[in-house]
Amino acid sequence: MIRLDDITVCYRKHPAVHHVSGTFTAGGLTAVVGPNGAGKTTLLKAITGLQPLTTGKIVADGAIAYLPQLAELDRQFPLTVSELVLSGAWQRKGGFASLAGDEATRTQSALDRVGLSGFGERPISTLSGGQLQRARFARLLVQDTPIILLDEPFNNIDTRTRDTLLHILEHWRDESRTVAVVVHDMGIAHSHFPETLLLAHEVIAWGPTAATLDPANLDRAQQMTEYWQNDAPWCARP
Amino acid sequence: MTLNELLIAPVTDFAFMRRALAGCVALATGCAPMGVMLVLRRMSLMGDALSHAVLPGAAVGFIFGGFALPWLAGGGIAAGLLVALLAGLASRFTSLNEDASFAGFYLVSLAVGVVLVSRWGSNVDLIHLLFGSVLAIDDPALLLLASITTLTLLWLALNYRGVILECVDPGYLAVNGGRGSRYHLGLMVLTVFNLVAGFQAMGTLMAVGMMMLPATIARLWADTLAGLLLAAWLSGLAASVVGLLLSYHLNLPSGPAIVLVAGVLYLLSLWLAPHGWLGRRASKTHLQH
Repeated sequence: MIRLDDITVCYRKHPAVHHVSGTFTAGGLTAVVGPNGAGKTTLLKAITGLQPLTTGKIVADGAIAYLPQLAELDRQFPLTVSELVLSGAWQRKGGFASLAGDEATRTQSALDRVGLSGFGERPISTLSGGQLQRARFARLLVQDTPIILLDEPFNNIDTRTRDTLLHILEHWRDESRTVAVVVHDMGIAHSHFPETLLLAHEVIAWGPTAATLDPANLDRAQQMTEYWQNDAPWCARP
Repeated sequence: MTLNELLIAPVTDFAFMRRALAGCVALATGCAPMGVMLVLRRMSLMGDALSHAVLPGAAVGFIFGGFALPWLAGGGIAAGLLVALLAGLASRFTSLNEDASFAGFYLVSLAVGVVLVSRWGSNVDLIHLLFGSVLAIDDPALLLLASITTLTLLWLALNYRGVILECVDPGYLAVNGGRGSRYHLGLMVLTVFNLVAGFQAMGTLMAVGMMMLPATIARLWADTLAGLLLAAWLSGLAASVVGLLLSYHLNLPSGPAIVLVAGVLYLLSLWLAPHGWLGRRASKTHLQH
């Protein structure tokens, strides 16, 4: 469970996320939808603690795993796929504890689940985009946290990879984890996510997917993000 | 000239050669892994910048204490850390990138150093500071070299996992409670230490060669992290030993001789190594599927 309590996040005094309140429930699979620049990534970063809050409070009831967009990983680094996946054990094991035994088994089964069984010893630089995304999901499996935040995990990958990853999301839901995913494809939001948060700096709608994504709401979201005023009055709410 | 005269006698006959050899082996051992980490973190320029930044500190030390080790080393470490700190602060609190702010500070630092030495020292002193002298390594200097190498290897061993994670995926480490800045800072401090160690033997301008060239050579030969570390260490060792002997026989300044040998290894690697020119060409042939 994650509870957002009236949170605002600003860049140079302009709010990217503006007075957002609400709850991501455990066992709920929530799509975070909104136009470009609506503050979706900022919201996820705020929840992980990477982005300081300007105001408000966030309560999360467990460890958080966060999958940022692909660009943040150095793909030329001489690391093998299984080493990358094994790094999911960092929070449990830190810099010293042995990674043999338990964690090695966990890593192998994670690789199997994402369909990368024979890939363990290959350098990450040889993976295709879809394979790398599978490996990053395998690391999430090794991390094994109650809260999982994903930022556009289905961009630029083939449908088979997407289906494998969506299948893992359903598993997480069945295990009562809290999962929030930034999604661009409305089709995926409708077909795989029972809950949706429609964000455009503020919450436009947050609830069952079909009701949230009705055309009137989507229109309003679009307008809210295209509107940027440098001489806007100060927000009266603290 | 027999093989013995060529390779063995210089070291067995002269104490200064023995010390120089031991010093260079220590230097190669400490600098190789540091260089690999810097190259992998895309911080090669940082090493270069820091090596120049060390000069004014050493110059001030030189003005107060002459060629006495504590003054030179202490001054160099202080100046290197100060520039690293200032550049880090500038990139954190302004819109400058870290490499841009580094370039700014190290250029100023180098200029201050050259001004200091040419005003209060002689040209010969300046040459000594810039290019060092392996053959003048005395026991305290050797002790300093060995200590810095030991410290480097211990720190890397204790922080290996975290350093690697911070290099490959800093965002992941940040979310998962790893203090990435701790590893960044550690690398920076150890880089300064190793440069000061190298600078004793090879001078400020050549010191960074012992760090960067072996790591760059390794990148052309190895695919794995262990392979990189090993290849960097071996090429550093080879360059040290061969360069030292060359400088003895041909009466060359030892720092540049060592860096030149490393440079030759680098050119050969560019040509012959698996990731060099020939390797690229060979990889045009392919498996059947």
